[in-house]
Amino acid sequence: MISFENVAYSYGGGELLSDVSLKLAPGSFHFLTGPSGAGKSTFLKLAYAELRPTSGRVTLFDNDVTKLSRDDVARARRRIGIVHQDCKFLDHMTLAANMALPFTVSDRESDAQDMDELLGWVGLKHLADALPPQMSGGERQRAALARAVIVDPDVILADEPTGNVDWEMSLRILTLLVELNKMGKTILVATHDLNLIRQAKAQIQARVLRIAKHRVQLAGADL
Amino acid sequence: MKLPKAKPASPATRALEVVPPSGPTAWLTTFTAGAMTFLCVFALALSLASGRLATRWSEALAKTATIRLSAPVEQVQIQTDAILATLAITPGVASYRVIDDAETKKLLEPWFGPGLPVEALPIPRLIEVVEADQPYDSEGLRQRLTAEAPGAVLDDHTRWRRPLAEAASRIRLLGVLSIVLIGAAMAAMITLAARAALATNAEEIRVLRLVGAKDSYIARAFVRRFTLRTLAGAAVGAAAGLVGVAALPAADAAGGFLTGLGFSGTGWLWPFALPPLAAIVAFLATRRAAFQKLRELT
Repeated sequence: MISFENVAYSYGGGELLSDVSLKLAPGSFHFLTGPSGAGKSTFLKLAYAELRPTSGRVTLFDNDVTKLSRDDVARARRRIGIVHQDCKFLDHMTLAANMALPFTVSDRESDAQDMDELLGWVGLKHLADALPPQMSGGERQRAALARAVIVDPDVILADEPTGNVDWEMSLRILTLLVELNKMGKTILVATHDLNLIRQAKAQIQARVLRIAKHRVQLAGADL
Repeated sequence: MKLPKAKPASPATRALEVVPPSGPTAWLTTFTAGAMTFLCVFALALSLASGRLATRWSEALAKTATIRLSAPVEQVQIQTDAILATLAITPGVASYRVIDDAETKKLLEPWFGPGLPVEALPIPRLIEVVEADQPYDSEGLRQRLTAEAPGAVLDDHTRWRRPLAEAASRIRLLGVLSIVLIGAAMAAMITLAARAALATNAEEIRVLRLVGAKDSYIARAFVRRFTLRTLAGAAVGAAAGLVGVAALPAADAAGGFLTGLGFSGTGWLWPFALPPLAAIVAFLATRRAAFQKLRELT
């Protein structure tokens, strides 16, 4: 799906990530953890071609990211569901229209029944007509997740998906992610919430990647 | 549970909807396009009219020539006859006539006042020559005249025609230049407006890119919006300009250059071409601005 080969990324100031080599195999579930500012978001951005590596090679669906045109990136993103901590929507459009956006922008039709089911799955049926600014943090997180999965992507990348919500809501979101993984999706969740990781490990075979000293390492079973 | 339609009508309409409605400044683009087109109508009228005027004047002058004969008194009639004989056999001369003393007197009256004793003055004899559709060879005629009547000078008005034609073509050039400048200024303003709109919507654009929208999809929404706005503004501007030109006093015989300003015949079609042209300018300007800005944003 996505693989990193000796990838380094540096901002103007200095190297943020270096010598990162790993593969996200299809159907795998990874957590990415590390202190704030360690480069979790940068790692995810490299994974969805928002950023390009300063050295090394990132491969997205067997394509070298540096060789992708802007349109290729757009096409690749249709196979990747992305969830951010501060999920952004088009505030002038209803939740339903926002969720259908990945279809809209690729000139495809969304199936009304799929949409209905998806809204039910994330528990937002009653908010289909609501505008995003009227929704709570947890509702927005679930809506972002629903939007990320509506086009049936192969990979889901989530950056602190539980950052703004309480524990109960975190568990709900985790459950949704676990369900998606059981359906065969490759999942990568960046989080600093170790409790969430423990909770997940009880339910599913999840690997934990830890960023420390600019490197991404596979953490042991203990946390 | 009834879900709202996620998909309204056409993809183009949908592309329009993903960009939030633009605020109160939207009409500025329309206004600019309108004002520019209004000005453009007058620039167009100016250059068309100057072209027409130049053609009219130089045609009128080109059609006639004057032969001026200055000779000693006893020679005048002999040479006049010689000139007339030469003209009679010159191909390309439609007609000719000797301007008699009474007419000469009338021509000079504005300068010398009435009661001028023309007979007593060495006033050159004038012969008006009217050119046929197939013009005569003026150099050849000039040479023959020198041979037949040494005192004759052919004035085919080139001296007057050239500066006039030059002035007219210069005015036309200025008119065309104005139109080009107006078009460029409009393109520049639309580019600025489009860039501002794109910058305002940077957040929305990021969302769209994240869910896999291509640049062309995002650009479509902006390009359509600005093109339509410009088209509407230009249509109003062109209509107002046409009304303005039509309201100018009609050119009449006594009218000079100014009253000749306007359109005639197929010239009236030009202003109708302006709104589509403005729309094309807007389309290209917005498209260029959009793709440029999109590369900066994400």
